[in-house]
Amino acid sequence: MPQMVFEDFVPQVIWLVFAFTFLYVVMSRVALPRIAGVIEERRDKIADDLDRAAEFKKEAEQALAAYKEALADARNRALAIAAKNREEVKAETEKLRADSNAKIADMMHDAEQRIEQTKEAALVNVRDVAADVASAVVEKLLGQSVGKETVDAVVDAQLRRSQS
Amino acid sequence: MAESNAGGVGIDPMHQFEIRRYVELDFLGVDVSFTNSSLWMVIAVALITAFTTLSMSGRALVPGRWQSAAEMTYEFVASMVRDNVGTDGMRYFPFIFTTFMFVLFCNMLGMIPYSFTVTSHIIVTFAMAVLIFLGVTIIGFITHGLGFFKFFVPPGIPAVLLPLLVVIEIISYLTRPISLSVRLFANMLAGHTMLKVFAGFVVLMGIWGVLPLVFMVALTGLEILIAFLQAYVFAILTCIYLNDALHMHH
Repeated sequence: MPQMVFEDFVPQVIWLVFAFTFLYVVMSRVALPRIAGVIEERRDKIADDLDRAAEFKKEAEQALAAYKEALADARNRALAIAAKNREEVKAETEKLRADSNAKIADMMHDAEQRIEQTKEAALVNVRDVAADVASAVVEKLLGQSVGKETVDAVVDAQLRRSQS
Repeated sequence: MAESNAGGVGIDPMHQFEIRRYVELDFLGVDVSFTNSSLWMVIAVALITAFTTLSMSGRALVPGRWQSAAEMTYEFVASMVRDNVGTDGMRYFPFIFTTFMFVLFCNMLGMIPYSFTVTSHIIVTFAMAVLIFLGVTIIGFITHGLGFFKFFVPPGIPAVLLPLLVVIEIISYLTRPISLSVRLFANMLAGHTMLKVFAGFVVLMGIWGVLPLVFMVALTGLEILIAFLQAYVFAILTCIYLNDALHMHH
């Protein structure tokens, strides 16, 4: 059995010690720290990136909140402006209507006055015509003229009676 | 033994385990000849070094295939140590890693035809087991002082049984290097011998040699699994022994 050849033991153990010691030194000094470093670096990088992502998310949320606030603000302002305009338009309309009403009232007043004057003038004319007609009728009936004052007085009395 | 079979029909299955001296060396009367065993140790060391350093030379944030493989191996052994020993065991991580990789590569390289399986020699596995045994025992005494002797006294045992159990505990502790080394050596020896025997059948059976050939293909797969498994078992037992020395619980 080759495993039991004792003179082969020494070189095997010696070379095992060489090989194993060399490998241990290379692994513990060079290879493993390097691998650990790379893995650590990656873990740090991922943690960093996650942190940054969280930060960005927070910023985005803040921006969104600010945007919403601005939007609400703008809406409120728009509503206020609209309400103010409505008030102004209403006030103006009201004023215009009042003005128009006043003007119409004035005009109606004038018209009434004019009607009154015309009526009065017409009445005066009617009296004159009535007086003339009366004096003419009287002259025709009596064959003589009656004094103008008498006719006027009678006509006036008659007019007053009819008016009252 | 090889000579006795030189002219025969049989193929000596033990021939593959013979130590051949490539360069006869003598250092102060000590035989340090460069043998086939030395050669495959050096190849294993070179491959492990290349695998763990060249693959990491890019230090890429997003690893390539080789870097991924190296990192996975690292994480595999690191989690083995963390799970079985704890974070304070990470001080011994480089040693466990070296042990695991050395045994794994020696086992795997042994699967290459015409190569030599370093771990199929009891002296190699026993030397490693003794190193682990001594190291773990020293760590135990450094950590707990003379209190480490309490490790041999199981708690909650009647006083009558105690002497017997302490003896059993001590014997089981002392046989650790033997069981550790024989397990690995025997697995390698048996696997390679069986492969060789069936290879002999392939030659002997002529056309029917196809049958043992098919069996050999399956057996080769199994042997590759065993090569990995025995390296894993070797490393995990080292972790368990280390855990016993550091934490002293049964």
